[in-house]
Amino acid sequence: MENWSLVSICVLFGLTARWAVSLNSYSGAGKPPMFGDYEAQRHWQEVTYNLPVHEWYFNTTDNNLNYWGLDYPPLTAYHSLLCAHVAKLINPDWVELHASRGHESYGHKLFMRATVLVADLLIYIPAVVLYSFYLSEGSNKKKVCTVLCILLYPGLILIDYGHFQYNSISLGLALWGVVVLGLGWDVLGSLAFVLSLNYKQMELYHSLPFFCYLLGKCFKQGLAGRGLFLLVKIAVTVLVTFALCWLPFLSDPGQILQVVHRLFPVGRGLFEDKVANTWCSLNVLIKIKTILSTDTQLYISLTTTLLAILPSSIKLLMKPTLWQFKLALVNSSLAFFLFSFQVHEKSILLPALPVCLLLNDLPLPAIWFLQASTFSMLPLFLKDGLLVPYVVTSLAFLFFSIYLLSALEHCSEDKLRLGPYRQLYRIGWALFYFSITAMAGLSFMSVALAPPAQLPDLFPLLVSVFSYLHFLGLLLYFNIVQIAEPPQSVRKNQKKSN
Amino acid sequence: LASVSLITALAALPLHSTDFEVHRNWLAITHSLPVSKWYHENTSEWTLDYPPLFAWFEYSLSHVAQHFDKEMLVVQNLLYTSPATILFQRLSVIVTDIVFIYAVKECCRSVREEKGSKDLLGHPFFILAALLLWNFGLLIVDHIHFQYNGFLFGILLLSVARHLQGRHLEGALLFTVLLNLKHIYLYIAPAYGIFLLRSYCFTEDNTDGSVRWSSFSPVRLVALGSIVISVGALSFGPFIAMGQLPQVLSRLFPFKRGLCHAYWAPNVWALYNMVDKALSVLGVRLKLLDVAKLPKASMTGGLVQEFQHSILPSVSPSITLICTLLSIMVMLSIWCRPRGARGFLRCLVVCALGSFMFGWHVHEKAILMAILPFSILAVESREDAGIFLMLTTTGHYSLFPLLFTAAELPIKVLLMLLFTLYSFTSLKKLFRGSLLNPLETTYLLGLVAVEILCEVVYPLSPWQHTMPFVPLLVTSVYCSLGVCYSFIRLYVSLLRQHGTDKHKQL
Repeated sequence: MENWSLVSICVLFGLTARWAVSLNSYSGAGKPPMFGDYEAQRHWQEVTYNLPVHEWYFNTTDNNLNYWGLDYPPLTAYHSLLCAHVAKLINPDWVELHASRGHESYGHKLFMRATVLVADLLIYIPAVVLYSFYLSEGSNKKKVCTVLCILLYPGLILIDYGHFQYNSISLGLALWGVVVLGLGWDVLGSLAFVLSLNYKQMELYHSLPFFCYLLGKCFKQGLAGRGLFLLVKIAVTVLVTFALCWLPFLSDPGQILQVVHRLFPVGRGLFEDKVANTWCSLNVLIKIKTILSTDTQLYISLTTTLLAILPSSIKLLMKPTLWQFKLALVNSSLAFFLFSFQVHEKSILLPALPVCLLLNDLPLPAIWFLQASTFSMLPLFLKDGLLVPYVVTSLAFLFFSIYLLSALEHCSEDKLRLGPYRQLYRIGWALFYFSITAMAGLSFMSVALAPPAQLPDLFPLLVSVFSYLHFLGLLLYFNIVQIAEPPQSVRKNQKKSN
Repeated sequence: LASVSLITALAALPLHSTDFEVHRNWLAITHSLPVSKWYHENTSEWTLDYPPLFAWFEYSLSHVAQHFDKEMLVVQNLLYTSPATILFQRLSVIVTDIVFIYAVKECCRSVREEKGSKDLLGHPFFILAALLLWNFGLLIVDHIHFQYNGFLFGILLLSVARHLQGRHLEGALLFTVLLNLKHIYLYIAPAYGIFLLRSYCFTEDNTDGSVRWSSFSPVRLVALGSIVISVGALSFGPFIAMGQLPQVLSRLFPFKRGLCHAYWAPNVWALYNMVDKALSVLGVRLKLLDVAKLPKASMTGGLVQEFQHSILPSVSPSITLICTLLSIMVMLSIWCRPRGARGFLRCLVVCALGSFMFGWHVHEKAILMAILPFSILAVESREDAGIFLMLTTTGHYSLFPLLFTAAELPIKVLLMLLFTLYSFTSLKKLFRGSLLNPLETTYLLGLVAVEILCEVVYPLSPWQHTMPFVPLLVTSVYCSLGVCYSFIRLYVSLLRQHGTDKHKQL
């Protein structure tokens, strides 16, 4: 069948799955006084619509920063403003200053879900389709399967359409950056990434690979001459884009400081809740949160993060190819997730995006990681009442990805790119199935059984530790793959990287 | 092939509709009350109006339901919903769909293929499987609107598959079971009857294909008869013993309900009503009629009630019966010249469609009875594929008003696009070329315009409050044009086959 019809079917299917999930409950539904992320987004629409720009990030009588104060960069604010204008057209009650707090209604829910869908459709989905068709390899069938599997990734669907956020915009823009860079348009790529960064500051996790890749390219082209010219072009683009995004705030340094202060709340502590990263898991054995002072915690996390991302960044700097770039994105964001300060469990979506891009090349580890990432967010889904969508989307994703991507595999052993470690392949599949079963088992237990009284957080803790072990293992694996890449590649039709 | 079936599992949505309550009520009735009361119970307005075998089915389901939520089985709990109830009901549909999946598999085995290598997506049986399993109508009606049609259609398709494979007794058995589960299948009983009588009881044909009376086999007739009677006895037996047969029959066949359902199924009577209304409005405008003399009942009021037509002669149940019988006279062709199981299938579809066109109080969901078996024919012949595309797109679109809340709008649009896109492209690839002429294509594109009109433009216009039924009317009339057209084409193709046989004979 022709490509366009197959791709349309996949996209339609992905959209149906998304809307079906969005009919479920959202974060903080019916839970006054603070509600949840849904209310936060609605509140930002209210704030940005009714208050002047210089008051958005400040604590004023009209804008109580304790009640979901704006803590994302300006692009989020502009997006909220846009949505608020549309909301005002449909029903002004939704964005009335003060009066609309905690507003929950059927129509409003439809509106909010629709905004997510529109954003997704405009930004994320085209990026996925373009990526699969221009930057991935294999037959047309394989490309279509890649589109389907990426679109079915449960984590993003559940967070964006269930818990309610707008990750598809920032991730989509970052993906546009990758696609455009892969096609060779460096300046546009950096533009896209800067926009993504200005939407959510967590994209900083991805910034180091982008930086190293572009710098590496400049070096390759020679620092005296074209390389320098490219560097200057990129630098100018970045600065100009930043300036444009922050334009309303540039008039007053106090504004800039306040915004930065809101974006990076360093006063908050090493971690919150249960996150599948090193510090939280370490906390089980040694209570580092209480032993060490906040400053020490900060320094330790900083150093470990830097150490973890150093190897992959240096490799990328020396060899700026698309393949290295993708791997570096994974390694860097995963390292940040595992070792950084004040990490949220939703941040796992940041490594998940580049891993989606690896579905075609390294199917087994990619599927494993993506499933583990969805699993690690299980406590959050349970809190939001998203159990059924979680089960259904995970099963669908597992089923489709394993069936489609392995059915189209030829010599699967080479694909693991571990060279001398081929025996691990068979063990790999066995471990994979074991781990999936364990995840299913833990999910079931979290739902069906009540934890013992002395350990009320037993199940979330088990979930996060289990996921942590996966992430750590996969971090090591991806690092090995990136660094141990053999000098001559065995890949056919390798895209020319400039 | 099994991969396609997972889609149905994705339909676990927290939506609610009236049929939901209907089935919950039946679970409650069958569980809590003794058998003698089943057909007398009327606490709720949704009384038990399916044959006894379905009641037994609900009874067995209710035993499982106990473990999910005991409260739903109390008859007095009208409109009772809890997450557990919803989960159970949806799971039960998914589980019973296993029957449907198995039936589809069997049908696919019987499909003829051309020689030549094709990749997986091009194989007729894959296309058939996808068309059946992802049938938009079935998805919408079963999983969202909530009924057990997957299970029932599974039995129907299985029976058809058995006939295609030559296992006639099994096919007959399955069909009798089906009849006792939902009596709407009476529509196609004549096709079965004539086919079985002709092809099965008369074991041989003459060289020219006409009846050889001498080869009548009483043994087979008795076998068939005994199957029918025993199944019927099993299901109706207890009720006959209790003397409740009239009550049961009155529940099963409520003729008081009116010519058309609340939402007009897109059949001939919809067009008839439309013409009637148009003439009456015209008459009033031209001062030919007195407004006060016109009957006040509005057929479009959304309620189920009887009414009279204002200008054209009123239609009574017997008239519909006669029309239906006339339209399916073509079945006699299989009497004269049997073409094996495929001819039977074609007649089955014509029967189903004919009853849909002319029946009394037809539900728009009944269009599925014609569409699903027709899928089998569609992957085998080019002309059928063309008719199929027309029928299925209009038929499915006519199901849209079943889901009227704003939340369901994207789902139904997306699923419809999915199915339509897939059916068009796959059949086009299979038969290598365009299957519809330009007029048909324009008509189908017009559906998009109708949709936008009804769902987007009309609600924002000032007439929404004064004449809220207009979108339904427009949808129904527009679709009936398409359905009538498909019916006529199908009929013509059948007659043409009959004609060519006669020519061959001469």
